[in-house]
Amino acid sequence: MTTAPPLPAVGVAVVRRPRRLRAVWLLVLVAVLVGVVLLSVTVGSRDVSLADVWAALGGATDGFDRASVAKRVPRTVLAVAAGAALAVSGAVMQGVTRNPLADPGILGVNTGASLAVVAGIAFFGLSASTTTIWVAVAGAGATALVVYAIGSLGRGGATPLKLALAGAATSAALASFITAIALPRGDIASSIRSWQIGGVGGGTWASLEQVAPFLVVGVVVCLLSAKALNSLALGDDLAAGLGERVAVARGAAALGAVVLCGAATAVTGPIGFVGLVVPHACRLLTGVDHRWLLPFSAVAGAVLLTGADVVGRVVARPAEIDVGIVTALIGAPVFIWIVRRSKVKAL
Amino acid sequence: MDRPPLEGEGPVSAPTDLRASKPVPPRGAGGEPARPGSSRLDAVAASVAAGRARRGRRRRAVVGVLVAALVVVFVLSLMVGRTFYGPGEVLGVVLGQDVPGATFTVGRLRLPRAVLAVAAGLCFGLGGVTFQTMLRNPLASPDIIGISSGASAAAAFAIVTLSLDDGQVSAFAIAAGLAVAVLVYLLSKRGGVAGTRLVLVGIGVAAMLDSLTAYVLSNAAQWDLQEATRWLTGSLNGSSWPQVVPVLVALVVLTPLLLSRSRDLAATQLGDDAASALGVRVDRTRLVVIVAAVGLISFATAACGPIAFVAFLSGPIAARLVGPSGSLLVPSALVGALLVLVADVVGQYALGTRFPVGVVTGVLGAPYLIWLIVRTNRSGGSL
Repeated sequence: MTTAPPLPAVGVAVVRRPRRLRAVWLLVLVAVLVGVVLLSVTVGSRDVSLADVWAALGGATDGFDRASVAKRVPRTVLAVAAGAALAVSGAVMQGVTRNPLADPGILGVNTGASLAVVAGIAFFGLSASTTTIWVAVAGAGATALVVYAIGSLGRGGATPLKLALAGAATSAALASFITAIALPRGDIASSIRSWQIGGVGGGTWASLEQVAPFLVVGVVVCLLSAKALNSLALGDDLAAGLGERVAVARGAAALGAVVLCGAATAVTGPIGFVGLVVPHACRLLTGVDHRWLLPFSAVAGAVLLTGADVVGRVVARPAEIDVGIVTALIGAPVFIWIVRRSKVKAL
Repeated sequence: MDRPPLEGEGPVSAPTDLRASKPVPPRGAGGEPARPGSSRLDAVAASVAAGRARRGRRRRAVVGVLVAALVVVFVLSLMVGRTFYGPGEVLGVVLGQDVPGATFTVGRLRLPRAVLAVAAGLCFGLGGVTFQTMLRNPLASPDIIGISSGASAAAAFAIVTLSLDDGQVSAFAIAAGLAVAVLVYLLSKRGGVAGTRLVLVGIGVAAMLDSLTAYVLSNAAQWDLQEATRWLTGSLNGSSWPQVVPVLVALVVLTPLLLSRSRDLAATQLGDDAASALGVRVDRTRLVVIVAAVGLISFATAACGPIAFVAFLSGPIAARLVGPSGSLLVPSALVGALLVLVADVVGQYALGTRFPVGVVTGVLGAPYLIWLIVRTNRSGGSL
């Protein structure tokens, strides 16, 4: 009587979370996102009153305050979009690889996208436009394939350690290649910084317009594969038994994830750890159902990246800390916590 | 000669496996099988001795070749450049004579650079193989588990933000390197330190510290690409004697300390229990070895940045060259020095543009790491 009844109760609570509770949590997250977005528009090296924000949104650009709002709005939109994209991408990658340490940054996918763009600019005279995004997505895809292939060779498949190491090694190598390509080219060497540290400060309406279709397609593909990811979580055999075409489902989901992180990286540069931290945090709220996890991750990722950007702007006023640095400082401890918590071998 | 207690007894006692665990010497093993047993023992002992002599010759040959190659490349790196100087002129400068033109170019520009390359390479090779041996994992080298990143972040912070001088920078870097080593160790300690967890925790810590370095650099007055490549990938550009001296001092002080523990270090590879049964004070050995290795890595990093992958590569390359014979400390140090020196010469002259040494070793090192993962997987090892 003392020990037996609580156990099934806990089990049921974990497996079947009340839908209403999850909806409430999602609403709370959306409210937080709105708050963070407002903060992001008003706070910075120059604080602006909400009245001026409204005026600036109406199109007025007279005066410093309104002008800075006009600069901050596309930046905020970019942070929201990139955060959502990276978080969804990370959640899908964790689902596809069934590996809790999967993240576009840790797997080196972001660096691959960066390298592709740098190589494109240096060798083929790409000027930043839609082609850049295609190149970035291609680079991200190629890197993801290579890293996953290396990490899953041999016995035991893609264990977290092998994937993380393959990602760290590939990422270090690709970073060296980026430096090697960019150093001799004085004309692009100055922009190398944006490919070493990710940031959203360069967001403009033009770049957002170009990246938007990719993000929309990626998000739609990922959301559509949520149900398949739930089946895949049971293992390939069970998923096939449930009527899932395993290879197709996995390929489609991975493609969506790669498109998302490649497109985001094309605009922001490499930003790590968002895709790692957010899905893990969201699983605490939603459980493991991907149909809930992906929307949660999108909103929470947007909150995290926008919030990190605000923090980066406020902490070191009047200078700014790039958001890629802030997310690494927040994300690495979470990474370590996940490693410590889990039985690494059994992950 | 090295670690005789480890190799001597194993093969001999193998035939009498049941009695091997008893402390009874083989000749007391029984009446009638004593004679054939002892002759077999003699044969086995002879083959063991022959094998040990063969491995000893191979080891001496490899070390000799490495030293010779190091000397040749060192002299070459002093001779080659925008202006070529003959061996006579170079020798003159090194001996302190005043050779027109060469005294400045060779004595002030090329010599400190080459000396720093060798010294830093020795440091990275020693420090790297020490960690790999101690943690029994070829992946657990200081540049993967965050120690180089810690020293680098501290050095960049000390120079860019605090504007300290060279000696203080070294002190700062070594303190940070030690702190990171302790931090990674404590964070991965959870009912015993598992190798996999330590590597993963190290990767996380390294990522965080690298972003700290990037932050310090981006906070500098201007984004200086030279400085940035130095602290992110390692570079020997602009080496001067004040930078070289602390590294040399560290080498002179810490290398004998480390070498004096090489036998204990080899014994700890068998595991803590076996090592203490062999008479090794495990905790004290570990403390001394960690302090010495972290010191070497940190001093070198404070001078030229975390030259990518050198600490990671030297040990395994040396192990392949030398084979299974004794301590890897000296061969690995030589391999590290050769790697840095060759990579620096290649980066400066062979590629059209002057690349910092870390870019060259990074491009070289990553394929090796991937090969290591592939090979470990094929052999079914638990990576």
